[in-house]
Amino acid sequence: MIAVLGSLGQPLPVDPTPISTPDVDWVAVAPLLVLVAGALVLLLVSSFVQRKATAPYTAVTCLAAAGAIAAVVPLWRRVQDNGRGPFSTMAGAVGVDGFSLFLIVVIAVAVIMAALLADGYLRREGLEGVEPYALLLLSASGGVVMAQANDLIVLFLGLEILSLAVYVLAAMHRRRLTSQEAGMKYFVLGAFSSAFLLYGIALIYGGTGTTNMVKIVQFFGGAALEKDGLILAGLALMLVGLGFKVAAVPFHFWTPDVYQGSPSPMVAWMASGVKVAGFAGLIRVFVVAFGAYRVDWQPLVYGVAVLTLVVGAVLAVVQTDVKRMMAYSSINHAGFVLVGVEAATRQGVQAALFYLATYTFLIAGTFGVITLVGRKGDGHHRLDDYRGLSRSRPAVAFALTVFLLAQAGVPFTSGFFAKFYVINAAVDAGSVWLAVIAMVSTVISAFIYLRITVSLYMSEPEDAEAGAAAGRRAGPRVPVPAAAGVVLAVCLIVTIVVGVWPGSVAEVARDAVPVLAAPR
Amino acid sequence: MDPNFPVLTALVLVPVAGALAVLAVPRSRPELLRSVAVLFSGAAAALTVWVLAAFDRHDAGFQFVVNRSWVSDFGISWHVGVDGISLFLVVLTGLLFPIAMLGSTPHHDAKPYYAWLLLLEAGCLGVFISLDLFLFFVMFEIVLVPMYFLIGGWGYANRVYAALKFFIFTMFGSALMLVGVVALAYLHRNATEDANRAEATQLVVEANGNPSQAEAAHIAELRKGVPLSFDLVDIAEKHQVVDDSKSANPLDWSAARWIFLALIVAFAIKVPLFPVHTWLPDAHTEAPTAGSVILAGVLLKLGTYGMLRFGLYLLPDAAVFFAPVLVTLGVIGIIYGAIVATMQKDLKRLVAYSSVAHLGFIVLGTFAITTQGMQGGLLQAVNHGVSTGALFLLVGMIAERRGTREISLLKGLQKPAPLFAAVFTLVMMSSIGLPGLNGFVGEFLIMVGSFLTRRWWTVVAAAGVILAALYLLWAYQRVFHGEPDEDNRHFPEINWREGLVIAPLVAAIVFLGVFPKPVLDRMGPSVDKLIDHVEQNSDFVSPKVKHPAPVKPAEEAQQEAGE
Repeated sequence: MIAVLGSLGQPLPVDPTPISTPDVDWVAVAPLLVLVAGALVLLLVSSFVQRKATAPYTAVTCLAAAGAIAAVVPLWRRVQDNGRGPFSTMAGAVGVDGFSLFLIVVIAVAVIMAALLADGYLRREGLEGVEPYALLLLSASGGVVMAQANDLIVLFLGLEILSLAVYVLAAMHRRRLTSQEAGMKYFVLGAFSSAFLLYGIALIYGGTGTTNMVKIVQFFGGAALEKDGLILAGLALMLVGLGFKVAAVPFHFWTPDVYQGSPSPMVAWMASGVKVAGFAGLIRVFVVAFGAYRVDWQPLVYGVAVLTLVVGAVLAVVQTDVKRMMAYSSINHAGFVLVGVEAATRQGVQAALFYLATYTFLIAGTFGVITLVGRKGDGHHRLDDYRGLSRSRPAVAFALTVFLLAQAGVPFTSGFFAKFYVINAAVDAGSVWLAVIAMVSTVISAFIYLRITVSLYMSEPEDAEAGAAAGRRAGPRVPVPAAAGVVLAVCLIVTIVVGVWPGSVAEVARDAVPVLAAPR
Repeated sequence: MDPNFPVLTALVLVPVAGALAVLAVPRSRPELLRSVAVLFSGAAAALTVWVLAAFDRHDAGFQFVVNRSWVSDFGISWHVGVDGISLFLVVLTGLLFPIAMLGSTPHHDAKPYYAWLLLLEAGCLGVFISLDLFLFFVMFEIVLVPMYFLIGGWGYANRVYAALKFFIFTMFGSALMLVGVVALAYLHRNATEDANRAEATQLVVEANGNPSQAEAAHIAELRKGVPLSFDLVDIAEKHQVVDDSKSANPLDWSAARWIFLALIVAFAIKVPLFPVHTWLPDAHTEAPTAGSVILAGVLLKLGTYGMLRFGLYLLPDAAVFFAPVLVTLGVIGIIYGAIVATMQKDLKRLVAYSSVAHLGFIVLGTFAITTQGMQGGLLQAVNHGVSTGALFLLVGMIAERRGTREISLLKGLQKPAPLFAAVFTLVMMSSIGLPGLNGFVGEFLIMVGSFLTRRWWTVVAAAGVILAALYLLWAYQRVFHGEPDEDNRHFPEINWREGLVIAPLVAAIVFLGVFPKPVLDRMGPSVDKLIDHVEQNSDFVSPKVKHPAPVKPAEEAQQEAGE
């Protein structure tokens, strides 16, 4: 004790060697920086513009996301260049490979879609403000961190950045109690699942002595482990944590409530951007870092995929609320991506990436229409609220029909090729029965998509007589703001064009190979 | 016309263009909609007739072939062609669509109605000309969407239920089919790679380890991987995915049988075969008249055509293995459809159930795997399209005039409308199979063909012919005979427009009944080739009944003599 006190008087011994800080390749993290800078600019701009505006915020958000995409382009060239290839920076914690770059673009696109949808929504609901936009960009930056994570801790950091912002976004609608409930539920359960992930990471660290995925791969490259209980338990816990984010069954219980309660444009973001980030982590950890353990985790993912496919499809059928239907159907779609993950081949990853990319447009379009039909108060989500939309808004009804048919996997839509590639990967990897289950689940979920089209086209509008008496066209009167119209048009065009010529997107997805590059 | 003109591609694109043209018709000119739609489907019909005229009837292979890469990564191509098996189904589709469009008018929303019909036509033609598994699947599946909207949007009281049932039933089949198709493509690729490697090894052994430069290049070529291919002809002719039908354990199924099962379920639902037929009466009854005509005339044939092309041709061994089951289900369908049709109170539903019986005949003929049976099945597919299409048109006219299809509410119609009754009689007799009309030729050939290989099934099926006479004649009696009551006294006679619409069908009924030879001549070589293919690739031996060789035109015979 005295010695310790005595030593306090002494000057601390100065280590002559400086702390070695890792190299930072600023270009490699440029997409992330652009998004964060965009969020900061938003907060700055908000002190200059008047409170009630949304247009400048939307513009800045879209610009930031577009900037992130622009920052990806030179990186993509560098990664695809045979001489240089994928690389990592920040002491191997952040990786830059085709996989992460592809997902960054998907996330940025999802941000643009959500921001454009939010523009009209916030004005309609009287919720104008900078916060949703800033939170959107911050959560996207979390997604980017997850996509680039080459270290389990970085993955966890990204997940938390992403999630905390999304919890607030879910609870954003101040006057709707269900929105508060959704935020609360999402937060409590999300925090719980994060704990699972973190515990899983801790066990992996215990088993391998590192959290860096490059070193984990090297660790397995040596001798086979005799006792790998820690690693198996760690993997299982990480599957729980990441499965929660992508809403895989049985970790899906939050999904219907949160999707139903949250503001509709934010659900579009949850179903696209958040899922993409979750799958980024799932594929990176399971397929790439723990590829050596695929024999152990594949049965686990197989089971989760089957449950996700079947439960998502079957429970969707019994819903009457369109948002809940789409929540369950998004679970079913997550099951499809899991089928691609389960294959654990390059083709499987390609299929999963293609699925995520095309699904982002589908879900943005679908929730775009849901946002519009929700009308003031965001409360018109019964199936009956869609009756006769084809009369009052034929274009919107047509767009929704295409999105729904695409989700059902009808040919000449992007959704069909997405399913086709997944089935290809599964069959090639020998999981034929999983492919069969996936396709049968599609047929089940097709029922709900058709039910919505029945409401759109084959049911008399609720106000048919009143409308005829007043001499106007019957059907729900749904105002379409310009920004939302753009989203719907873009999603529609992408869905059909990719459905006829899938080649370009599929080739980019093929080149987006996940690689764990060691730091130089 | 230029012989290199991609007529089959045009055949699909013309109706699609028509759909777009219909959508472009301004809202203020609704009267143009039908003209535009009929114009484009008429153009497609003209193209099919041109194909028929230019078809070389001595060539058993595929003609007018176009093969272009579509999704190169997966070996998917726009590979289309027709042979004697698909030729008449293409012509039938081409001719039936304009007739269906002219034969009935929608009561509301004419624009989407005609657009959907044209898209449906493109899909149906696409199915019959596809020579790529993937392309076939895509076309087979896309057909659902227009039909769904046609039934659901313009059908009768219970239309939504019928439309949903139709879509879900058929999609279930397609879902399995997609997995089957993909699995087949991969198995074929793997098997080809294995075969190539084995050949390479063989070559190395033969060259005693030091092959010449050319040989070495060939060996290296063989050892390289093979790209994925969905090409029907490639997969069927190479026949790499074999069956172990000689295995001791009959339940030890190889992949080929599972794949066949996955495909055949889709076709069986479409046909529809007995236990999965329940969507048909609902869909046929609730669909608008044009929808019923197309459903019966064309859509059901997608199933029987698929059985021939993607069952027997693609997986002959498995097809032979499952043939007894399919033939049995077909015969059950014949008897069951006939009995249930007898009990119907609704005239349209009666015709719908008669389809189940007729399609049972086609399946019986197809899986008898004899020249006559298969030709009869194909001819009967065309016949059924013509006569049941005409029946649905006539029933539609009755429903239009009287506002009901209940048999008990109709009475004595032949008094006020004798000509209408005459046309109905003729079409009905064709459906029954009266000699001299087309139905007889088809059913007779099927019976002859299936008697060779499936004697007792044929005996039971023959009873179905008698039952067909029973339910149709009884229905006719109730509807047309007797003294018309007050409601039926003023039943309008068939008018000029209706007469013109129905005339080509009546002409076809008589022509095919009296002189089916031109049709059979064109089917013959392809059918024989298919049976040879089945025999080569399975242990099945088709009983040989000497098939008369097609008579060659005089000058050709002279030329040969001169040589």
